[in-house]
Amino acid sequence: MKQIHLAAQLPSVQHTVVWSDPSSGSQIAFDSFARLARTAERGKFDFFFLSEGLRLREHKGRVHDLDVAGRPEALTVLSALSAVTTHLGLAATVNSTFNEPYDVARRVATLDHLSGGRAAWNVVTSYDAFTGENFRRGGFLDEADRYTRAAEFLHTARELWDSWRPGDFRADAAAGEFIRAGAGRFTHRGRHFDISGRFSTPPGPQGHPVIIQAGDSPEGREFAAADADVVFSRHSDLASGRAAYRDVKARLAKYGRSPADLKIIPSVSYVLGDTPAEAAERAEEVARAQVGPETALMLMEAAWGRDLSGHDPDGPLPEVDPVPDSVVTKGHNLYRSRGRDETVRHWRRIAEERGLSIRELITEVTARPTFVGTPRQVADAMNEFVQSDAADGFVFSPNVVPGGLDELVDRVVPLLQEMGVHRAEYTGGTLRDHLGLRPARHHHSEETL
Amino acid sequence: MTQLHLAVALDGTGWHPASWREPDARPAGILTARYWADLVTEAERGLLDFVTFEDALGLQTSAFHLPDDRTDHVRGRLDAVLLAAALAPLTRHIGLVPTTNVTHTEPFHLAIGIASLDHASLGRAGWRPQITSRAADAAHFGRRTTPQLTDEDVRDSELIAARLRELFGEAHEVVEVVRRLWDSWEDDAEIRDASTGRYLDRDKVHHIDFVGAHFSVRGPSITPRPPQGQPVVAVLAHAGTPYELAAAGADVVFVTPQSRADAVTRLGAFEQARQRSGRPAGDRIRAFADLVVFLDDEPGRAAGRKRRLDELDGSTFGSDAAVFTGTPGELADLLLEWQAVGLDGFRLRPGTLPHDLTAVTGGLVPELQRRAAFRTAYEADTLRGLLGLPRPANRHARAASAEAGR
Ligand SMILES: Cc1cc2nc3c(=O)[nH]c(=O)nc-3n(C[C@H](O)[C@H](O)[C@H](O)COP(=O)(O)O)c2cc1C
Repeated sequence: MKQIHLAAQLPSVQHTVVWSDPSSGSQIAFDSFARLARTAERGKFDFFFLSEGLRLREHKGRVHDLDVAGRPEALTVLSALSAVTTHLGLAATVNSTFNEPYDVARRVATLDHLSGGRAAWNVVTSYDAFTGENFRRGGFLDEADRYTRAAEFLHTARELWDSWRPGDFRADAAAGEFIRAGAGRFTHRGRHFDISGRFSTPPGPQGHPVIIQAGDSPEGREFAAADADVVFSRHSDLASGRAAYRDVKARLAKYGRSPADLKIIPSVSYVLGDTPAEAAERAEEVARAQVGPETALMLMEAAWGRDLSGHDPDGPLPEVDPVPDSVVTKGHNLYRSRGRDETVRHWRRIAEERGLSIRELITEVTARPTFVGTPRQVADAMNEFVQSDAADGFVFSPNVVPGGLDELVDRVVPLLQEMGVHRAEYTGGTLRDHLGLRPARHHHSEETL
Repeated sequence: MTQLHLAVALDGTGWHPASWREPDARPAGILTARYWADLVTEAERGLLDFVTFEDALGLQTSAFHLPDDRTDHVRGRLDAVLLAAALAPLTRHIGLVPTTNVTHTEPFHLAIGIASLDHASLGRAGWRPQITSRAADAAHFGRRTTPQLTDEDVRDSELIAARLRELFGEAHEVVEVVRRLWDSWEDDAEIRDASTGRYLDRDKVHHIDFVGAHFSVRGPSITPRPPQGQPVVAVLAHAGTPYELAAAGADVVFVTPQSRADAVTRLGAFEQARQRSGRPAGDRIRAFADLVVFLDDEPGRAAGRKRRLDELDGSTFGSDAAVFTGTPGELADLLLEWQAVGLDGFRLRPGTLPHDLTAVTGGLVPELQRRAAFRTAYEADTLRGLLGLPRPANRHARAASAEAGR
């Protein structure tokens, strides 16, 4: 039986975070991060994950005020978390468009050292000029270039990690030799990066930290197949999960990789109850808290590209047509993958078939939890998902910070452990060990052997 | 007597290039969290105000301005901001002040990194912005070039500063942008008003719309205002141009007097820069003198130890700061004498680690306490609190209350 890989995310800017819940705590205090990470470690999760967004969202030209906003710099918090956890992997999302390889390679290697080999880097490729306004270099990248830059960025980072060969860091006081001559020397000449010098940070215990990819376009899937260890996906129903799984795993062979080299883990949520009926009732309550009337209308306006104030969130969908190419919400990419017209057509169809109001529709398309049921039902559903190759595991994004993972770890994880599909104890020290990945290849040592 | 402030500058195995070969050194540990945790908890046991972590974008070198190919000195290190963050949960009172480069990095990333360190340490973050003085560092980024200093330049810190003047001007903008980003969220921006469904009061989150001579940044920050409001900014300054950067943008300035008389001269030059800067006279800036220290209880022993290390290294170690060798008592005399000319404190650079750090915490600190010149318990939980610096009001809140009062 396949083992289920489990990860947890601290949810931040999504509208699915129920900040109004009485048990909801700070979204920025370090204690919240520590509590959630420790819970994940108690559940023997593979890793803890933080997303990134480098600009506050704006709606109709003003800072968006309905959802949680504000988050820390991921690598900094994860470094602090390395001190309060012992085995849990620590995954940071770091954009390849608004950074430079030398700096990122150095920071990710630092996290790998500080955590004793538990670092992962989720390479994301957002490119928009809106975010670019926060950077001295501005918005400089065409969409078409984002994956070529991302791939070259990652390859360059690997060259930097490989610029130190095993044993180059000697610290041999008797011999008076601190490093081997030439350690860290690198030259990279490419389309996006033309750099050379000495890399100042020897690679950490994993050699190459675990690489995560979170895009779903054909280019994104190709990038994952060629270069990633983990895919963080959006397919959280069985049918589309299986199709995407087959597609991505099939792409591996042409890069000389086997299906086990890449773990596919969709982002999911859950709601539990003692009975199926109670779970359904709680799910309903959560959904109502997630999609308030203001949020329903705001998401409608974002999709329609126009002001819809005056429409009743509990009434029918707007009769008016969407405005092509108009952007009322910035920093939100909910509609990008499908496109506006297709999204609106799709939504109208669902609303008509089931007679849904604006708010009901938005709840249906943006906030439906993946797993709803008794702990037994949820454990079985997770297992079916994994055993039928719709995924290799899950990233849980709870609805409430910091306690939103407690029920899963206390009530579902023990069942998975009984079923023999989730570890009872960590058996390795590094994140690569938890994920069952091979040690990172070391290009130089292979060449020189 | 006004008590003095004490900080320790941590770097590798200590500031002497042969320090890593001492019997008590742990050179292989410099890439582990454990090594640094031991040093910082020792500094906290000694009630020190803060520790700084050195950093640079290139591999360490023995020449100020050029890379070298030496293999017999400490080489390789961790990113200082992340290192400081990893130590935050292991400590409770001591300030954590990482160095970052400001020439090749994005101000936005720096602002959120230091703000996040302040959140993780519950208000103990500082930041030492540093320009790059090595042209070779630019090749690590491949986006621009920076002046190549000559052997002639590096003999005189005024010459260095003159050649790097443009970069100091840009650093000035970076500090300004970072501070504006810290203020871009007012303290009470998060409202969680369930009745209107609003998490934020958007009127308390501000674009900064910074447009400078070197770059522009729109803002706001993605990170809410940190616990200290403004983490403590510390600038090391040896010459006129860096004095201006410190005078305009810093809460703490590190100067490098070679003697008590030289301290008078430097503090005078800094005071002039401060008056020219137009910064409100009420803004407190703490002046620290940097000193490299070799300490042993037995008279003469520290000097002998330094000589032995110099021999091992094959050259006489000197630094931009004065080098002190002696007993903790002699050092206490010197610190109090120098303090009297207007210094608020000292940033001691231990010659070797852990030896000279434990001599500070176990020898110097008790000696200063006996003379009632140093604290006997932490009196505050934040770095600003320890340094006697107020928590700054947010500039937007200030503007709003001025408006209301009109
Ligand atoms: C589950 C998931 C999580 C993501 N998290 C982030 C994130 O934290 N920050 C970010 O900038 N982009 C994030 N992305 C966006 C992707 O990096 C990518 O830009 C986006 O999916 C579009 O790429 P594609 O066209 O290849 O799908 C995420 C995407 C997915 C599917």
